[in-house]
Amino acid sequence: MVLPTALDAPTVPAPSRAPRSRKKPRASAGYVLTVLAFLLPSAIPLTLFVLGPMVAAAWISFTEWNLITPMEFIGWENYRSLLADERTGEVFLHTIGYIAGYLPLVYIGGLALALALNQALKGRSLWRGIYFLPVVTSWIAVAIVWRWLLNPNNGVVNLALGWFGIDGPGWWTDPDWAMISIILASSWKDLGFVMVILLAGLQTINPDLYDAAKVDGAGAWSRFRNVTIPMLSPSTFFVVVISLINGFQVFDQVYAMTGGGPGGSTQVVVQQIYDLTFRYGAAGEASALSWLLFIVILAVTVIQIIGQKRWVHYG
Amino acid sequence: MKRSLLAAGGIVGVSALLLSACASEPASEDGPVTITYSNFTSAGGNEDNLQTIVDAFEAENPTITVDITTLPYGDYFTTLQTDLAAGTVADVVDTNYDFFPQLASSGSLAPLEVTNPESYRESLIDAYAVDGTSYGLPSSFSDVVLYYNADLFDTAGLDYPTSDWTWADEQAAADALTDSASGTWGDHQPVSFYEFYKVLDQNGASFLSDDRTSVAFNTPAGIEAAEWLTDKSGTVMPTIEEGQGTADFDTNLFLEGKLGMMHSGIWVFGALADAPFTWDIAVEPGNTQQASAVFSNAVGVSAASDHIAEATAFAEFLTSSQTMIDVRLDSGWELPPTSDEDQLAVYLTKDTPANRQAVFDSLDSIALTPLVENGQQEMQDIVTEELIEAQAGRKSVADALASAEERINAVIG
Repeated sequence: MVLPTALDAPTVPAPSRAPRSRKKPRASAGYVLTVLAFLLPSAIPLTLFVLGPMVAAAWISFTEWNLITPMEFIGWENYRSLLADERTGEVFLHTIGYIAGYLPLVYIGGLALALALNQALKGRSLWRGIYFLPVVTSWIAVAIVWRWLLNPNNGVVNLALGWFGIDGPGWWTDPDWAMISIILASSWKDLGFVMVILLAGLQTINPDLYDAAKVDGAGAWSRFRNVTIPMLSPSTFFVVVISLINGFQVFDQVYAMTGGGPGGSTQVVVQQIYDLTFRYGAAGEASALSWLLFIVILAVTVIQIIGQKRWVHYG
Repeated sequence: MKRSLLAAGGIVGVSALLLSACASEPASEDGPVTITYSNFTSAGGNEDNLQTIVDAFEAENPTITVDITTLPYGDYFTTLQTDLAAGTVADVVDTNYDFFPQLASSGSLAPLEVTNPESYRESLIDAYAVDGTSYGLPSSFSDVVLYYNADLFDTAGLDYPTSDWTWADEQAAADALTDSASGTWGDHQPVSFYEFYKVLDQNGASFLSDDRTSVAFNTPAGIEAAEWLTDKSGTVMPTIEEGQGTADFDTNLFLEGKLGMMHSGIWVFGALADAPFTWDIAVEPGNTQQASAVFSNAVGVSAASDHIAEATAFAEFLTSSQTMIDVRLDSGWELPPTSDEDQLAVYLTKDTPANRQAVFDSLDSIALTPLVENGQQEMQDIVTEELIEAQAGRKSVADALASAEERINAVIG
């Protein structure tokens, strides 16, 4: 779990507007070195494994390359062919379909859990730990277990549905259900993460607000609607931004559960990037698609950061 | 969570830059040499057999040490491509027939001076040569046959399959063997590219046009061949919902005694060794003619290797030594690529299955894997995907083939 550094800034209360001193403090050389020393451990891996590959991918995206033969510069051709290829639209649609199912489910589920575990419950810490367990579990292990659970023929879920006379669907063998299976597994796995963020948010809400609302005659629903929800909005904003970024990059669960099938119905953007690179020898096109995805994610995130002013309240 | 995935291709690029700088150290004169060998052919049960061959090589060549890396087939080619891009490829590498053209044409393999070319089966060593120069040495070959559970045939009062069976005979037996009450299925044949080009051949049709830039399977004979594959599902073979198509599904069902016949490679012999019933094999039935799929593997020497001479010596030992022949024949680890028919005769004398002659009879009429210049893997994936659409009943076979034709022609044309 990579906790973002720049994006969580809005979750901390806005700084009080203390008058700035006119004179810029002069940083001593020792101070600069100390700062650098603290930054290096994260700056080096970030440069090597994130920024470096991004720059390399930008270069590769202008070439034709199958990983084996030398790269051949072809200009914007990869981008042109991607935009002309109807599969590009399809993989983005599949990805958006995933997000449309995943985001509401994981948020509402995570909120419900956070509210429940914010009560003075017996063994509260234990429950919190249990719900967080899937977050730190390997996706491959989770995917295999979910494939068993959702096995159309002898999986536990269809067995249980059978007790109620329901003929369970072909979860990951039916193109209409495969994405739903992935959404279910993903939401289950990420519930704990959302829960922890919202739980932290809930605990920063000043109890006086609830008392004041009570005095004003607000009922439980009204207090939830008019105190909890607005006061939780910075945490909600954080969850939505992170979930969307991760949602656009959905891959592990798809790769392990369906491999993009059946019939290409769960072929998402990153699965397509993987297939293009490692199956079809089109690393150039894959890099171009990576950059298209990056631009889409950046645009969506910028829109959210602008839009947050309308609904996020910093207490 | 996984921002770094954003630049999946980019990681490869940077690794290439970083690692090529520190990949190799200069060769030492006559000192001890360690060569690396990356393989998939021993994965999943033959690791010890490979070690036996390597031990024998090291005993004969005390100055050479072989460092083995074994990867599952499913991961092997991804890893190989990444290693090639990063300049970290092993001295000796495995390949199969499908991937060989890409490797050879990229200049990744060193031309080999073969000491004893006549010790290899001619068709096999030729398959890994370009314009008369060997770039790979065949390490093994295998074919696909029809397995049958003789006990189930006895119970049903049916005659055993023979080498002159046709699809109609197989269909009749499959129908008779299928018994939903006891959960017994008559037949199993994967629905995939590797079966499709073969059944096309068995029906007198072909996969590619003569110039290999378009497909030729969307014909009445092609549709009939595709139906031969897809119509088994749900009638004489379990459906996808029932697990068909998952790894080792057919072998396990066969081992449970719940499958009358299955189309599978001779590499399954080992897995069936302890089956609690009598089983045997026959040449795969054809419709208008017989055609069997033959698969071969080979090893190549990396052109970037610092120890090409030592690596070549190992590659030759691995593919032509007596130790290799003995180990393979003894363990049933596919077949040695030797030209010496007397050696192979030993193979026929081993029991289970009794009719090992079928393994060699299958070589009389071979359906070759269709190879194209560009888009081989994508072509294979499209065929398998469209056939499964038809198998699952989401498309008619005719629609699936028409769609496959259109999609593949756009890729390979």
